[in-house]
Amino acid sequence: MAKKGWDEFEIGAMLRTFNGEIENIAGTRQEDRSYTENSSYTASVADWRLIKPIFNKDYCIDCQFCWIYCPDVSIISRDKKLIGIDMDHCKGCGICVEVCPTNPKSLLMFPEQADEEVEIASWPKKDEKEA
Amino acid sequence: MSEIKQIKNLKDFSTSADRFEGANLLCPGCAHSIIVREVLNATNNDLVLAASTGCLEVCTAVYPYTSWDASWIHIGFENSSTAIAGAETMYKALKTKGRLKQPDRNPKFVAFGGDGASYDIGFQWISGCMERNHDMMYVVLDNEVYANTGGQRSSSTPIGSSATTSPAGSISYGEKQNKKDMMGIMAAHHIPYAAQVAPNKWKDMVKKIQRGFATEGAVFINAVSPCTTEWKFDPKDTMMITDLATDSLVFPLYEVIDGREFNITYRPKNVVPVEEYLAAQGRFKHLFKDEYKYLIKEWQERVDAQWAYLQRREEAKV
Repeated sequence: MAKKGWDEFEIGAMLRTFNGEIENIAGTRQEDRSYTENSSYTASVADWRLIKPIFNKDYCIDCQFCWIYCPDVSIISRDKKLIGIDMDHCKGCGICVEVCPTNPKSLLMFPEQADEEVEIASWPKKDEKEA
Repeated sequence: MSEIKQIKNLKDFSTSADRFEGANLLCPGCAHSIIVREVLNATNNDLVLAASTGCLEVCTAVYPYTSWDASWIHIGFENSSTAIAGAETMYKALKTKGRLKQPDRNPKFVAFGGDGASYDIGFQWISGCMERNHDMMYVVLDNEVYANTGGQRSSSTPIGSSATTSPAGSISYGEKQNKKDMMGIMAAHHIPYAAQVAPNKWKDMVKKIQRGFATEGAVFINAVSPCTTEWKFDPKDTMMITDLATDSLVFPLYEVIDGREFNITYRPKNVVPVEEYLAAQGRFKHLFKDEYKYLIKEWQERVDAQWAYLQRREEAKV
C-alpha cells in the first residue's frame, strides 16, 4: 500500500480490517478471514529477526505454553495442536524456547540462515543432567 | 453470545481465534501484547476497545496498518477511559431507545493504558469513570516507566530504578520516590472489582478477566508488563522476569471486591529474595555497588511489610 505523507491522510481516519462483514469474529480463524491491506496481518516483520525458532514436532507435547506466551501471535495452534510458526510475524524474541518444558526442547533458536531440515536432523539429544 | 467462555486448561484456551494481529511494532519480547492477547481471548463477546497514547497505541496503529480486529479507538494520552465510558453510555442509551440492530450481542468495553497514562496523566479521568461506575474494564499495562518516549520516570517507577529523568550515578541512586499504590486508590472508589494480574499466571489472569467481564460496573485491572528495553534485560527473559516479580512478591496477585472483600489469589511456594528480582534487571544494576547495597535491604523490608499488610487485610476482610 502506498504510504501517505504526514499532511495527506485525513483527520479521524478509520481503517477497516476486513472485506465485507464477519458475523462471528471470535469463532473465525485467521486463515478464514478476509483481511484488507490495512490489517497488520498482511504486513511482515520478518526482517527484524536475527535468530529464528525451529519447531521439532517429534518432542512436542502440545502444552501450548509457547502459544500463550508468544507476543506476536506467531505460534499457530489448531485443534489443540501446535502446527507451525508464522515466520512473517515472528520477531525472534525467543520466549517460546525459554518456556518450552520438554527435554530436549521442541523449539530452539537458530541463526536466520539455518536450514530447517538439517537442524532437525541434528537435533540435540535428551540432557540427563538437566532432568 | 453472553455466556462465559469455558477455559478449563491451556489446550482449551489455544482454540481461541486471536483478535490481535502480529506485525505490530512492539519490541521483540514485549509483555504488552501477551497481556492484550490474554484479555481479548478470555471472551467470545464482541469488543469495543480504546487505548491511551503509549507503546501499545503507537505500535499497533501505525498508519496505514492496524493490528486490531475489533472496534478500536485512540483519542489522546489521558482519555482512553472516558472514550470507552462514552461509548458504553451511548450503547446503553441506544439500547434503551430500541435503536440497536442487534440488541442482544452484548459487547464488552475495555480500555488499555500504560502506567504513564494511568498513574499520572489520565488519573482523574479514570477516577471519574470508576466513580460513575460505567460498565467497562480499564487495564493498566504497568511497565513502571514512560517507555514510549525514552524511559522517563512515572509515578509507578519504584525506588532505586534508573530512568532517564532520574539517572543513577555517583550522586544519585536513581528514582527517589516509592511506587504509587494505584490498586489501593482504585479499590477505595469501592468499584465492584479490582485486581492485580501477571501474564505468567495465565489461569489466574483469565479467571480475573472473565470475572471482570461478568461484573456489571467498573473494573480495574493492573497488569505487570516487564519492559525489555527500559528494564534492560534480554527479550527472551520476559516470562522469567515476570516469574521473579510474582514469586518475590514485588507484584503480589490479589483482588478487591466492592472495595472491601480482599483475596490473595497467588501464594508462591518458594518465595524468591527480592535481590534476585533486582539482579536480573539492568535498571537496578547500580544497587549492587557497595555504597547502595543498603537499598536492597530496604527493598526486601518494604516488600515483606507490604505482604504482611495484604495478608492482614485478607484475614480481617476489610
